[in-house]
Amino acid sequence: MILVIGIGNPDRGDDAAGLAVARKVRDATKPGEVTVRELVGDQLALLDEWTGATEVFLIDAVCSGGTPGTVYRFDAADALTERFRHRGTHTFSLADVIELARALGRLPRRLAGFGIEGASFAIGDGLSPQAQAAVDEVTSVLLGDLKAGV
Amino acid sequence: MTHGTRRTISVPALTRVEGEGGLEIVVSDGQVTEARLDIYEPPRFFEALLRGRQYTEPPDITARICGICPVAYQMSACQAIEDACQTTVTEEIKDLRRLIYCGEWIESHALHIYLLHAPDFLGYPSGIHLARDHPDIVARGLSIKKAGNDLMAAVGGRSVHPVNVKVGGFYRAPAKSELHALVPQLEQAREDAEETIAWVAGFDFPGFDRDYEFVSLRHPGQYPITEGRIASTSGLDISPAEYDQHFTEFQVAHSTALHSVLDGRTYLTGPLARYSLNSGKLPAEVQNAARRAGLADTCANPFKSIVVRAVELLFACDEALRLIYEYRPPDPPAVDVRPRQATGYGCTEAPRGLLYHRYAITGDGTITDAKIVPPTSQNQRAIEADLRDFAAPRLDMDHETLTSECEQAVRNHDPCISCAAHFLDLRLTDKLTDKAVRQT
Repeated sequence: MILVIGIGNPDRGDDAAGLAVARKVRDATKPGEVTVRELVGDQLALLDEWTGATEVFLIDAVCSGGTPGTVYRFDAADALTERFRHRGTHTFSLADVIELARALGRLPRRLAGFGIEGASFAIGDGLSPQAQAAVDEVTSVLLGDLKAGV
Repeated sequence: MTHGTRRTISVPALTRVEGEGGLEIVVSDGQVTEARLDIYEPPRFFEALLRGRQYTEPPDITARICGICPVAYQMSACQAIEDACQTTVTEEIKDLRRLIYCGEWIESHALHIYLLHAPDFLGYPSGIHLARDHPDIVARGLSIKKAGNDLMAAVGGRSVHPVNVKVGGFYRAPAKSELHALVPQLEQAREDAEETIAWVAGFDFPGFDRDYEFVSLRHPGQYPITEGRIASTSGLDISPAEYDQHFTEFQVAHSTALHSVLDGRTYLTGPLARYSLNSGKLPAEVQNAARRAGLADTCANPFKSIVVRAVELLFACDEALRLIYEYRPPDPPAVDVRPRQATGYGCTEAPRGLLYHRYAITGDGTITDAKIVPPTSQNQRAIEADLRDFAAPRLDMDHETLTSECEQAVRNHDPCISCAAHFLDLRLTDKLTDKAVRQT
């Protein structure tokens, strides 16, 4: 099973970028071709979300001080960079969840994805123009990868 | 930093606690002169933003204070608003509230035990490191946590910031079949909780029995979660409406979270307090499990709080199963709550301890005043006293070990700094830096 998971908070501006990509991928693919999910909240739930999937693509917003709209690619074959790690502790960062899954032997055969640097995470805001452009770019690249069977 | 005979043990950013805070212990001439839990998260002013909102809104607004214990906020808020409106909910609604609260205790306690606290006892810097050497154990913890999350989602609509809770009850009562579907998972969680107790009971605990004044709810018929009177080991026995006559909050320079005292005294709320004031109310099987783990009727060693949490984990699984077996869907799922000009008070037992809410509302349901006192705020002074008294006889320990054990002394209380400061923006990119300098 190929699984695409968008991660984020729909009510916090550019934090919704990952969810926006997931929705666009769902609209652009046929049911059964790709499974698309949206994850809001506890990222530890990823461990269960991707159980049974062989190839998983994650899309999440990033707040690392980079230029808004920048797209970062990652492949979980390698440890994620600090960009995907935030402090806080009861809420685990994407990098932490991936390392925990690696330790538990619960990583899918292939796990890769995209981070989108956000401009604003204000409550109630929509996507910024920079994040919107990045959402379009990531969707296009991801659909291309999925089509090519990467 | 060292100046002459002055030495500082400093952890600018604590890990494995929720939120942003640090600790600092100052030693002068071989004596601990200062022990501070520095909370520097900016406050989010929830109490102010509730003013002018409708009386129906606090459960949804205050749930946003915390992603780990949103149900606690919802339940204390509902109780306070219903108190102001002189509304009594049905027994079926009370039971369903207790059930979703069990889900929160399960997920919160499992997280703290396995990923935040156990690494301290086993010498690992994080839960991830623990998982590398003991994947089966961490997987067990995550499975228990998931059972709690799934229970919260079944009753609350989703596990983080549930959306099915309202003043007066619930928007929708889950069908019996939806809850019964959780039984196998909860039975497994119950079994895992028993193994958890046996596992943590085998850890090494420093001898550090404290003379705490414990404060928790007490209820004549049950181990307290959703209701009760406020009791303390010094004989306090008051209703939530009398809270403000005895508990005083005040500001200190080094914390953005208000400190709190009980009639001028430092006190502790949380699992140790709940257990010590109410262990006799636990079901016999849970009491037996506590005995097997070496616990007496009370426990005043904060390092053993992990054992008490494990006992409460077993209790919450048992209680959830009981409530599911006896479940009668509330019909209607909520009672009508009409506003009236009054002040209402609510107190429930969040995973980390007593959570107090107070609301003043007008006849048309507008909130004119709100007060929220989370457990971590209340525990700050007790945590600082722990730090002071724990460090004092251990000053000859090597610096790194002492610093690490002082951090553990804070984590014993599972502080939720975000709750204490009512704030949740967690953005720190720097890794923990110990700036302490060994005395030379």
